[in-house]
Amino acid sequence: MILNPGILALLFGSTIAFVMLLYAAGLGVKILSRWDPQSSSEEQLLLERKTYLVSTIVNFAFGFEILSGLLFIYTVEDIHRLFIGAMCATGALNANQIGWLALLIKIILFFAAALWVHFNRLDQRAEDTPLVRPKYLGLLLLTPLVGLDLFLQYSYFTGLQPEIITSCCGSLFSLGNDSVASELAGLPAKPTMLAFFLIAGSCLIIQTLCLASKKAIFRYLLFVNALALFFISMASIVSFISLYIYQMPTHHCPFDMLQQNYAFVGYPIYIGLFTGTLFGLIPGLSQPLKKIASLKREIDKYERRWLLLSFFGIVIFLLIVAWPILFGPFILLGY
Amino acid sequence: MISGKLKILEHALLSMGRRKQKNFAIIAVYTLTVATLASILFLTQSLRTEARNVLLDAPDLVVQRLAAGRHDLIPNHYAEKIGQLPGVGNVTPRIWGYYYDSLKKVNFTLMGIGPKERDLQLFSGELPKTAKQCALGNGIAKAYGVELGDSLVLVDSQNRTLLYEITGLFDHQSNLLTNDLILLTEPELRRFFNLPADRATDLAVQVYNQREIATLAKKIKYELPDTRPVGKTEILHTYDTVFNWRSGIMLTVFVSALIAFCILAWDKATGISAEEKREIGILKAIGWDTTDVLMLKFWEGLAVSLSSFLLGSSIAYLHIYFYGASVLTPVIQGWSVLFPEFQLTPAIDLYQIFVLAILTIVPYIACTVIPSWKSAITDPDSVMRS
Amino acid sequence: MAALIQTEALCKIYNRQRPDEVQALSEIDFTIEQGEVAVLKGPSGSGKTSLLSLIGGMTRPTSGSILLSGNDIAKLPERFLAGIRRKSFGFIFQQFNLLRDLSVRDNILLPLYPTELKTAEMQKRAGEILESLDLASKQKMKVRQLSGGEQQRAAIARALINRPQIIIADEPSAHLDSKLTEELLAILTRLKTEGKTIIIATHDPSIYQHELIDRSYLMHDGSLVEAEQL
Repeated sequence: MILNPGILALLFGSTIAFVMLLYAAGLGVKILSRWDPQSSSEEQLLLERKTYLVSTIVNFAFGFEILSGLLFIYTVEDIHRLFIGAMCATGALNANQIGWLALLIKIILFFAAALWVHFNRLDQRAEDTPLVRPKYLGLLLLTPLVGLDLFLQYSYFTGLQPEIITSCCGSLFSLGNDSVASELAGLPAKPTMLAFFLIAGSCLIIQTLCLASKKAIFRYLLFVNALALFFISMASIVSFISLYIYQMPTHHCPFDMLQQNYAFVGYPIYIGLFTGTLFGLIPGLSQPLKKIASLKREIDKYERRWLLLSFFGIVIFLLIVAWPILFGPFILLGY
Repeated sequence: MISGKLKILEHALLSMGRRKQKNFAIIAVYTLTVATLASILFLTQSLRTEARNVLLDAPDLVVQRLAAGRHDLIPNHYAEKIGQLPGVGNVTPRIWGYYYDSLKKVNFTLMGIGPKERDLQLFSGELPKTAKQCALGNGIAKAYGVELGDSLVLVDSQNRTLLYEITGLFDHQSNLLTNDLILLTEPELRRFFNLPADRATDLAVQVYNQREIATLAKKIKYELPDTRPVGKTEILHTYDTVFNWRSGIMLTVFVSALIAFCILAWDKATGISAEEKREIGILKAIGWDTTDVLMLKFWEGLAVSLSSFLLGSSIAYLHIYFYGASVLTPVIQGWSVLFPEFQLTPAIDLYQIFVLAILTIVPYIACTVIPSWKSAITDPDSVMRS
Repeated sequence: MAALIQTEALCKIYNRQRPDEVQALSEIDFTIEQGEVAVLKGPSGSGKTSLLSLIGGMTRPTSGSILLSGNDIAKLPERFLAGIRRKSFGFIFQQFNLLRDLSVRDNILLPLYPTELKTAEMQKRAGEILESLDLASKQKMKVRQLSGGEQQRAAIARALINRPQIIIADEPSAHLDSKLTEELLAILTRLKTEGKTIIIATHDPSIYQHELIDRSYLMHDGSLVEAEQL
């Protein structure tokens, strides 16, 4: 166990978020079992008012999850010094098996919470709130995820033994290791780059098609494409994008770019990618809801905005990523 | 859209101003909580930074001799043996020891200065050249109330009282290391402690390639089994662990204070006055939705949090760096109570501020969620019925 | 032409299925056309205020329907009712219900904060209304520094800032002397000529006998007992 102020803040904050979500889930169960939009009873009115409380709690938890994701990375970055051989956050995450899992759950939680907040807003704009049931069922799934997040963080931090000699990012991502991360680093640069730019390009094309046409198929295509782009982008950041940013042929760390040394360039990269992906998923997920008249009106009103957000998110991501590849002095493919 | 929402923020600030007494109490306690937590964080952070700065100039590898599991003087000829290992640069035998002044009840470090050591940063004066001269750190000069040109009285191992002329003082801004340091010439120090001429306290080893330190340490241990090589990074991470641990423990203790504060915040947020309730009723009646009132309450909470946060961390900053952490030092420094007093150099990084913000703002906002909701669902027709 | 507001068999029971259950309204059929002025008469406790809250979308009926321009608002979720209150109604309360520590201008801007109007537009509207109600010189003053008549006019200004179609006034003359009541009636007459629809609950004869009233309803124990078109 390492006791560090950042760890304390993470565990303390996550506990608060989890307790609040448990409470919200309790309200959710009550709403699910007694919801009756046709009734004008005082109980129904109280349930309606409780939906505000649930929304507020989930909004709060969502906001906290974004901050805690950042804090998690900063903290891991901060404690890497305690591990002999760890040169950056990667080394500290590697110190036991749970580190990467905790990070993965945080990413999943980010998307899950964002989508919940999104569909909740959409639903509340419709007079008949048709999504009450799926929403609160979703809440019942979201809550254990927050609990899992807390549990994984706790296990990760308590399981840390500062004496353990860990590999730094140099050796974790060096080609001889057979962890997932090193497999990503070991992806051949040229085909990975090709795949990355192909999928990113097709994403932009599909987005343009979605903007121009109302056809459902384009939305579903965009959903699949955005998902694919997210994974291939993550792999690419480790595989070759990081190399261009650090201008070093062996430095594969996905976190160092968040630091001042690299002009915080990681922030626009990740913000672009996450925004682009999130809003790329939303039109596809909203498409089946167009069957409901009240929602169709709202979706039609906002869909353009989502598509544009997704488009510009990905464009920003691509521009920053492509810049050093096209104009930087570092040449990878020549090797 | 934006302008309307900003108007709600503006209204939140206005209505906070109108309820000064209520908000004053909460901001005062909040500020105190933030100041306490921030003091711990800032103090630990600057001790860490100090320690790291000290170690920046430290030798890559220090080799000590162990006899019966205890630190012992190391023969000088070990230095030659180590110096022959490939990858090793200079090997310097160092002479140093502790000196306890029972009158002032402080512990000093006495260090011998060989002919080679000329790179220490002096605030004023010069390094000692003769047996009757010394240079000292700021903390010692303060403890004795002496200045450049004065004399320092020390009692040697044969219980003789000796006078040394102060020829140099270390920098004010200097760190933990030089603060309690007295430099004498090496032969004088050997005589002072009555040390044999062929032995040193430890050996400072320079290593050309930083990645080779661990390997070299192993080799030295193999060649000279009665030695203990200690790497710079090892010391560094030990310091880090210790400081992290200490501040962690302190914070855990103070998190209970935080929880007490949260209870207060909850209580304050729940007990809204009849006047406030009437106002929310009016707002609801004239067309504000529950969401708008929740937004209003959120802005209010954020304004309280941010002002207390800024105020609290400024107080902590002053406390730590201008008033020498007077309240906390004895607790957190622990082992170094015997050190002379020293001034910390401000070292604050964004990470610490971020941690502090999460630690204090998140629970406060969480505490206000349910009370805010309770007041936001006030019946719009309550104004008509009263 | 369909009525602007039409209620059918409107019932409101407070604290239903509890010992303190109160039947505030039963089987109310109320109608008002665009541009008319209607008055609700009756002793206090007869349900005038409850009917105004229901019509104004402040609370939902236990049963029955409320058609506003043909759309039933009886079963709408609360957040839509808030939007309707904001867009269609202006309220003048018995107690004025102004925020006493805020300036006149800030008070009358309050209904606009949740809207998507630009700040410049808000200020423009406030300026016009303050001017027309002769409050321009008092706009920076706190409400508690105003006289009763000025508070009354500030309350009217707040009711008008969102340019509502319908004005709802609950006992507007309860705290006014006869001179101020005349002033109020003058303002209401002007609003009528501007095409506003006005519903007033009152037991003040100087109001319900005034020539501007088009319809008059008498309430007793939660029921409409008499309706006449003047």
